[in-house]
Amino acid sequence: MERLLRMLTQLHPEVTFTPDTRLLEEELLDSFDIVTLVSEIDEEYGVVIPAQELIPENFATGTALYRLIRRLGEG
Amino acid sequence: MTVQSPWFPLFTAALLVIYYRVPGQWQWRVLLTGSGCFYLWAGKAYLGFLLLTLVSTYLAARQMGDGQGREDRKKRRPWLILCLTVNASALMLCKSCLLPGAKELLAGSRVEFLTLGLPLGISFYTLQTMGYLIDVYRGTVEPERNFGKFSLFAAWFPQLIQGPVSGFSQLGPQLTAAHPYDGQRLSFGAQRVLWGYFKKLVIADRLAPAVTALRQEQTVGGGFLVLTILYAVQLYGDFTGGVDIALGVSECFGIRLPENFRQPFFAKNTAQYWRRWHMTLGTWMKTYVFYPVSVSAPVRRLSRWARARLGGFGKRVGVYLATGVTWLATGVWHGLTPNFLVWGMLNCLVIVLSQELTPLYRRFHSRFGWKDKPWYGVFEGIRMFLLMNLIRACDLYADPREYFHRLLSLFSVPLWRQPVPALGLTGADWGILALGIGAMLLVSLLQQRAGSLRQLLWRGNPWLRYGLTFLLLVAVLLFGRYGVGYEGTNFIYSQF
Amino acid sequence: MKKWCAFLCGGLILGLLQGLLAPKYTGLTQEGGLIREYYQNAGGNDVIFIGDCEVYENFSPITLWQEYGITSYIRGSPQQTIWQSYYLMEETFRYETPKVMVFNVLSMKYDSPESTGSQSRREAYNRMTLDGMRWSSCKWKAVNASLTREERRWGGALTYLFPLLRYHDRWSELTAEDVRYLFHFQPVSHCGYLMRTGVEPMTEALISAPMTDAELGQTSWEYLDKMVRLCREHGTQLVLVKSPGLYPVWWWEWDRQVTEYAREQELLYVNMLPAQEEIGIDWMTDTYDGGLHLNVSGAEKASAWFGKILQEQCGLPDHRREETVSALWEARCRAYEAAKAEGR
Repeated sequence: MERLLRMLTQLHPEVTFTPDTRLLEEELLDSFDIVTLVSEIDEEYGVVIPAQELIPENFATGTALYRLIRRLGEG
Repeated sequence: MTVQSPWFPLFTAALLVIYYRVPGQWQWRVLLTGSGCFYLWAGKAYLGFLLLTLVSTYLAARQMGDGQGREDRKKRRPWLILCLTVNASALMLCKSCLLPGAKELLAGSRVEFLTLGLPLGISFYTLQTMGYLIDVYRGTVEPERNFGKFSLFAAWFPQLIQGPVSGFSQLGPQLTAAHPYDGQRLSFGAQRVLWGYFKKLVIADRLAPAVTALRQEQTVGGGFLVLTILYAVQLYGDFTGGVDIALGVSECFGIRLPENFRQPFFAKNTAQYWRRWHMTLGTWMKTYVFYPVSVSAPVRRLSRWARARLGGFGKRVGVYLATGVTWLATGVWHGLTPNFLVWGMLNCLVIVLSQELTPLYRRFHSRFGWKDKPWYGVFEGIRMFLLMNLIRACDLYADPREYFHRLLSLFSVPLWRQPVPALGLTGADWGILALGIGAMLLVSLLQQRAGSLRQLLWRGNPWLRYGLTFLLLVAVLLFGRYGVGYEGTNFIYSQF
Repeated sequence: MKKWCAFLCGGLILGLLQGLLAPKYTGLTQEGGLIREYYQNAGGNDVIFIGDCEVYENFSPITLWQEYGITSYIRGSPQQTIWQSYYLMEETFRYETPKVMVFNVLSMKYDSPESTGSQSRREAYNRMTLDGMRWSSCKWKAVNASLTREERRWGGALTYLFPLLRYHDRWSELTAEDVRYLFHFQPVSHCGYLMRTGVEPMTEALISAPMTDAELGQTSWEYLDKMVRLCREHGTQLVLVKSPGLYPVWWWEWDRQVTEYAREQELLYVNMLPAQEEIGIDWMTDTYDGGLHLNVSGAEKASAWFGKILQEQCGLPDHRREETVSALWEARCRAYEAAKAEGR
């Protein structure tokens, strides 16, 4: 989770991210950020997020995203 | 029957009466019959294309979702590719018949009718069924087993002509569910439909002759700038008006279609604009083109490679590539003439440039601190408006050379020395336009500030609500440009 | 309750707006107001004339009364086509059963709304004929038979049901007349006859467009058949007439076909063109527009001549001895004479 928040902060240094920050509702992430994030996650966690998982529910908050990474990492 | 014809409201009203009279499990059949009637009434000649898409997509989805395909993604793939190819080819074929020269080539042949215009709604229902097919392939949506229900999703009449583009998981279940009568919903829907007609008939169509006049003349310089602004207002009224009608009619039936606009002209940069203008197309392109391309294996490999060699920029190469592909697809979807390609690439260029220049902007703002000043917001808004107008003007000239010639003319001669050609509008026209555009602006501002105006009015004095609705009705009836003697204009987006 | 109140108010206001915006036909285009005048005068007419300008400008019911005691009325409007004439005839039988229906055959040269020339003018004429009709199935059928392609494309019959959809943009040309005649209209005719008192002699031969087709069209014959059947059903005698007018030309080929048809159907067909001298029409004094139509002096001569035929061949009674009928017609005569005196 820590690593994930660090990644987010790297993208937008001007925002303080918490696990429950509403990333999409508050328009903090755009599609560019999401794709960048996906490739960072690939690097850091070794988890490839397929296109069909790129849906709003999975990127709503840091927690949701973390859950996705865990789920894909296990599988 | 077109949406602009007075028969359309009558047709809808008749359908509504039946819809709320039959039992819930029959309601979707009423909608399907209504949609069928609408299509037959409006675009009979092109029924074959719609049926091709319906049948091929239905069968392919069944093959993928049931039987052997269910477990094995590899077995699903050929069906996906086959069906996407068939439908994309049909769309491209129809679009290529509109290319200059096609008319002469096809003259006298059996498909000559294709050079007259696109099959009704083909660009929109093709997107929608393709999205459905990919969802089934991905396993995020269960294939619809009832052909009628599936057809209704693909050809739901209010959105057939110019969208919005809906996803199956969102729209499918709504269309087939039972919807008991709800007076508030009905009056909200009717209000939205009226507002849509106002924007289309009173504003967009009243501007249409001026835009046509400016377009036909060899307008350069200042005249061209005026043209881009008028075209922006016309297209806004036309497209948002048409979509408001689609959403309003659906709402009357208890069906919520996705919003397609969120005050796009209040956006402050291009990326923001595209998140607020034609949103459902943007979402579609993002879901089915941008994301898949950007996370596909080759692009990931390219990114890794570029990152190792080019540093910060290399990191973004993959995203930019995906952006390019997305805009290419968006351009082609609008039309096969080269201008739409140029249009897509210009948009792409502006987005990539502004992304690359972000650090520069940050430094600039930390130096001057203008970013939070209210006037700076206004400046950004105007800048975006003019920039998007200039890019959008690409629509108007099939030959990109003509477009660039006009674009450059803006800078070659001082603007104030350019004569503005006659626009062919009377004083009364201008008066109506001023009032109409003022009302449109006011509504947008209020929506930005206070959200749904209809909700606000619903809570207020009912007579105020009745009065305003009636006023809107009278304005549409009296000041709309429609009927015998007017060269009625089709919805602009129905040609894309 | 409140909601129904609002709907009612809204409907009323829209109705008022519609009345305000609809053309009143009081100025230069009085012929647009002819059709609506019939309903107040329906009943008690032995003869009904049906047709285009060649009936409402060339025949005067007042003369027929004064000379022969024939009671008659004209249901004519500008460029009234045969299908419009047919449905007007059908409608007339709902109000009265005249002894004789006179149909002027000139309009048989038009076979479809497209064949009458300029489509925008056709549309304007459609309005003049149809807007004045009262609502009935006849009007609905007449409207649907009359629509031009342009009208069909834009709302068609619905714009006749709600004329506001057609006249919505007249707000920029409203005049005091539109307010004055909001609730009532000004009668402009004398039993359907539109009096023209001016004189404009025929000084040059009118150049006619060449004949487009030697055969009268299929649609025209079908409607003529329907007229024959309809009149037989009601025991009314159908009389065909070609009234004296030099233009548009009534070609002899057409005349031959109608003569033939009349012989087959045992109808009376009166072509007044060859009888002009006998009638006494002088194209220097009896026309108000250089020979297209007759003025009042010409119309009176034509009516006197044609009335004699009606009386002799159709056995129409003389009503001048009947007190109530006579009183009504004497009043009409006085209005007519006054208008004529004022015109001169």
